[in-house]
Amino acid sequence: MWRYLLADLHLHTVLSACAEVEMIPPLIVRRARELGLELIAVTDHNAAHNVPAVIEAAAHSGLTVLPGMEVQSREEVHLICLFDTPDQVLAWQERVWAALPDRENDEEFFGAQFVVDAGGQYLRTEKRLLSVSAALSVEEVVAGVRALGGIVLAAHVDRPANSLLVNLGFVPPGLEIAGVEFSRRVNLAEAVRRFPQVAGYGLVVSGDAHRLEEMTAQTMLKVAAPTVAEVALALAGRDGRRVEIR
Amino acid sequence: MKVQEMVTRLGLQAFSPGEMEREVTGGYASDLLSCVMARAKAGHVWVTLQSHPNVVAVASLLNLAAVIITEGVVPDEETVQRAQEHGISLLGSPQTTFTVAGRLSALGVSGAD
Repeated sequence: MWRYLLADLHLHTVLSACAEVEMIPPLIVRRARELGLELIAVTDHNAAHNVPAVIEAAAHSGLTVLPGMEVQSREEVHLICLFDTPDQVLAWQERVWAALPDRENDEEFFGAQFVVDAGGQYLRTEKRLLSVSAALSVEEVVAGVRALGGIVLAAHVDRPANSLLVNLGFVPPGLEIAGVEFSRRVNLAEAVRRFPQVAGYGLVVSGDAHRLEEMTAQTMLKVAAPTVAEVALALAGRDGRRVEIR
Repeated sequence: MKVQEMVTRLGLQAFSPGEMEREVTGGYASDLLSCVMARAKAGHVWVTLQSHPNVVAVASLLNLAAVIITEGVVPDEETVQRAQEHGISLLGSPQTTFTVAGRLSALGVSGAD
């Protein structure tokens, strides 16, 4: 039986230094339900500590939360990594952290990085600098995520910074990304004209929310279940699955 | 100035020699390949920190005279292999992009402006 899920596959919690303090699990879940979202992905910069808390906060709400991460590659390209289980994303985090420079976060400059529980209560401050590139190429990120059973989307390709298309000019041939993401204010028809390089790739529009009002419900997935394998099929437009941008 | 003279004067390492007798007609420096595609011209030397295989594709597409990868970054095997296949001069310097561009300017290589 098909399900038609409104999805926002890119959002930040208070673990991301640049996110507002309102980005805590219960408020994210409440906002998602207000928007009619049924599928979200938690994608903090180079880390996933708050994924279990958002999953717990969404329990019995009808909202599925995909464990994810927004990795910054060696080329300063932002890549959305999506998984089905917290174990997968935490295994991926180990790989990413082994490739991050061992530096302390400068809260004055970047902002603080908070780990919280399902109720949004403060647990601890993450001291490691996360707003930085991991020493992994885009190819290494895609191969590593896929080996763990995940999928990768190129983040906000229409933006001037940290975009696969801006930093590397075009999608490297053979790169096995599942799709590309446009940012929430995009005029999709114009963007597709501006970026002919993405022709043939499945598209999503995501909020990249750093505050609640930035979450968005523009992407409708026709899938059999809210899993990354189904999302990948929808992006590829295969086996009856598809994506519609509203 | 020919690529060979540039290699000698700046003490560059040649990952892929390409056409050493080619004339360098100008220069451009950026790590954003989309900007390079928009601004660099045929015959230019491109100075960058990026070492991704797409660098070779852009250099080939624009018919650049050479690429200099700075700060001692060693390009991936695939990048080097593609440069050799396409006859692209892929060069390396331990110095920063700023210093390399400055030295090129002092040698009379001018920017795209």
